[in-house]
Amino acid sequence: MLDRPAPIEDIESPETFTGNRALDQEEPLLFEIGRRDATGVDVDDAPQVASRLGGLERKEAIGLPGLSEPEAVRHYVRLSRKNYSIDAGLYPLGSCTMKHNPRLNEKMARLEGFADIHPLQPVSTAQGALALMETLAHWLMTLTNTHAIALSPKAGAHGELCGMMAIKSAIAAKGEGATRNVALIPQSAHGTNPATAALLGFSVRVVPAAADGTVRARAVRDALGPDVAAIMLTNPNTCGLFEREIVEIAEAVREAGTYFYCDGANLNAIAGVARPGDFGVDAMHINLHKTFSTPHGGGGPGAGPVALSERLAPFAPVPFIRRDGETLELVEHAEGTQSFGRMTAFHGQMGMFVRALAYLLAHGGDGIAQSSRDAVLSANYIRASLRDVMTQPFGDRPCMHEVLFDDAWLKGTGVTTLDFAKAMIDEGYHPMTMYFPLVAHGAMLIEPTESESKASLDLFVATLRDLAKSAKAGDTKRFTEAPRFAPRRRVDETLAARKPVLRWRAA
Amino acid sequence: MRYHPLSEADRNAMLATIGVSDVEALYADAPASTLLKAPLDLPRHKSEFEVERIFSRLSARNTSAGRVPFFVGAGAYRHHVPASVDHLIQRSEFLTSYTPYQPEISQGTLQVLFEFQTQVALLTGMEVANASMYDGSTATAEAVLMAHRLTKRRKALLSGGLHPHYAEVVRTISRLAEDEVADMAPDVLGAEDLIAKIDETVSCVVVQTPDFFGNLRDLTKIADACHENGALLVAVFTEAVSLGLLTPPGAMGADIVVGEGQSIGNALNFGGPYVGLFATRHDYVRQMPGRLAGESVDAEGRRAYVLTLSTREQHIRRDKATSNICTNSGLCALAFSIHLALLGEAGLRKLAKLNHANAVALAEMLEKVPNVEVLNKSFFNEFALRVKGDAAALVERLAARGVLAGVPVSRLLPKAGLDDLLLVASTETSTHEDRAAFIAALKETL
Repeated sequence: MLDRPAPIEDIESPETFTGNRALDQEEPLLFEIGRRDATGVDVDDAPQVASRLGGLERKEAIGLPGLSEPEAVRHYVRLSRKNYSIDAGLYPLGSCTMKHNPRLNEKMARLEGFADIHPLQPVSTAQGALALMETLAHWLMTLTNTHAIALSPKAGAHGELCGMMAIKSAIAAKGEGATRNVALIPQSAHGTNPATAALLGFSVRVVPAAADGTVRARAVRDALGPDVAAIMLTNPNTCGLFEREIVEIAEAVREAGTYFYCDGANLNAIAGVARPGDFGVDAMHINLHKTFSTPHGGGGPGAGPVALSERLAPFAPVPFIRRDGETLELVEHAEGTQSFGRMTAFHGQMGMFVRALAYLLAHGGDGIAQSSRDAVLSANYIRASLRDVMTQPFGDRPCMHEVLFDDAWLKGTGVTTLDFAKAMIDEGYHPMTMYFPLVAHGAMLIEPTESESKASLDLFVATLRDLAKSAKAGDTKRFTEAPRFAPRRRVDETLAARKPVLRWRAA
Repeated sequence: MRYHPLSEADRNAMLATIGVSDVEALYADAPASTLLKAPLDLPRHKSEFEVERIFSRLSARNTSAGRVPFFVGAGAYRHHVPASVDHLIQRSEFLTSYTPYQPEISQGTLQVLFEFQTQVALLTGMEVANASMYDGSTATAEAVLMAHRLTKRRKALLSGGLHPHYAEVVRTISRLAEDEVADMAPDVLGAEDLIAKIDETVSCVVVQTPDFFGNLRDLTKIADACHENGALLVAVFTEAVSLGLLTPPGAMGADIVVGEGQSIGNALNFGGPYVGLFATRHDYVRQMPGRLAGESVDAEGRRAYVLTLSTREQHIRRDKATSNICTNSGLCALAFSIHLALLGEAGLRKLAKLNHANAVALAEMLEKVPNVEVLNKSFFNEFALRVKGDAAALVERLAARGVLAGVPVSRLLPKAGLDDLLLVASTETSTHEDRAAFIAALKETL
């Protein structure tokens, strides 16, 4: 374990003329520095023609500011420096999977034969793109042991919608649409699960978790009935635990004539080690931006292909790829099939497919399994290194790729989970996921991923131990005043919500 | 392998700290029947060079737009994206950060989103915009759901000029959510009478301009008819550059404006990732889907940005949320915002004018070709042609001659009896030589 260095005396920090602090530079809004007549793009002059706009020309100015190229580059570079990133440091956001983003994948996605092709050019001129999609689907089917992959969903939540639409269609096809209208969802589920179910008109029945943080088959059996359409379960679950009774749960669900939707957000713990199809999953979305490392990009884009069991595969959305000998075809219309229809324009997140397949080919089957094992090993290493100073809501037992702590150990210190997270920022870390899952009080969900070296994990552990010591020793200012060294101190979220200012307006 | 920092010695030391003999012990909770007994039948890991070789071969099997005279549009448009845009979005701090849930160390992304929201609001002529949706089609479906919540009605009326994929996305979610959709027939000439169909059961009317066939539509009277009946007007666009030259939907009375932002800052990418734009009136903001960045102050009173009004969202409201969306199109929104900041008002207007002029120049040349008829009275950078014979077969013949000529309407509307219609788009990226090559090939094949 590393020791905390001796504290240095506070040096006086005088104001600067600019308000900047060396590399820490303030940056005004685009609208405060841009000018209506400035531009950073030289556009060719238009040929002289008679307008055919039918009298619908814009009459008023738009009000958009412009910047020359040097000004634009500086504006966005300066803004970028106010962000934390996985490239700059450990980013232990549980459930979000912030792992290394290989730059090879970016390079491959920018090859002209992928980036500069149109979704509606003749498929005869895009056979390489379809072959790539087919290959990606093959990898995903092999890793999940499922029957079909719907590639088009745009992100995890869109994938959930896809899976639940397939389930609703299958139920309707059996003539049970009017009676089966309940989705079973554990309390620990991601918020997207109940939101997705509600979007399709399902009502949500909450399945309680047992004292060990997992769902019991008995609890599922008790909740099942002729009104249940599906169970939405995350495995490994959001507490970072493998659902021990998953096989019995899947059997109970199947016996009850209903379907098992698995939230695949945590596939990165088991890819290459266990296959969701082997524990009875009917539908599962795969967050390519989590498990297969297409970058998160500050909130997207993602991609959420859905693995489907044999009994749901016929209901998959259009488009899908069909092979005719050497030729790949794109089935774009649902007529004449059982497909439930179309979820998005065009064919899905091709740019993400390229990145994910580059990740898969680079890792190989061996590397994927190693990633899962290292992710699980690293999370357990953090658990074992912190278990004597922090508390776990469900006891000290092996976790999967993320370890869940609660705030019981902070009781009486005057420090909350939020304070603790903000103090981590001062130490140069992005905080872990806070207050999720809801089943743990003051939850702190830590996911280190397989991308951290042992030295990095050791420094992280030493830092959290030092923070824990401070909290328990009554050094509350280190927490309640944090962050002190970030580009901004704590931001007033209440003010933002009470008087929403959602855009710039001229003064 | 190169992506795994842990050595075998590290792993063993970590296992010792944990107090187990091997990693398998950490999977003890997983029933034995669910664990693989042998490695999967998948290739082993590959060097960077080997992966590049595989992808280069796949890439070479596709005809990329930049290599040929290219006139394909119908909802995705090839524009030139300045080099600085792609460089800036690959800054580590933008590319490899998460959703800005910790505002103190995410001011970069949050300020970008605030600027993006403002740009989208200005461009559409609306009061407020969100931090992006997946794409134009899903934004349209979300707009319909939002209109249902606001009006407490459940019937959407879709224009026959709405992009067929967008209409299908709305129909799919509506059917499965048990809402009603009233469809108009495909409206090639932009002459449908939507107003006659608006009554007090209609929640919203969804109209696209420029429409799928390229026609420009004045939405003013439709907006008035909507409002007289307590319905909302959802205006849709698929070509964001058009807003540089055309009266924005907000100025024509639209209540919700949604569209595809791909054509500013984003490559064609075979259909994704793109960026859905979503704007509305301030009064409706609490029924909006998706993330919103808002202005606030920090503990020292300095201006700061933060995700706000999240009580609408799934991670707080769960089954009562306005949408299930979580991940959106952050990086594509950044690309949109940078490109638009580079263009500015002057550059965007000039770019839009050039697009229109190139399309008019193409139309003038096509109008002289026998057996070809330009159908549009008005258009921006795309229009519909009636050709002799089957347009899909014509497109294949032209592709064989190295011209990607456009989109046959039958590809999106296979049973509409519109097999002789071809949509042709011309942006700033097509040259006079491209147009001449198209005309020459057309004359040879028709």
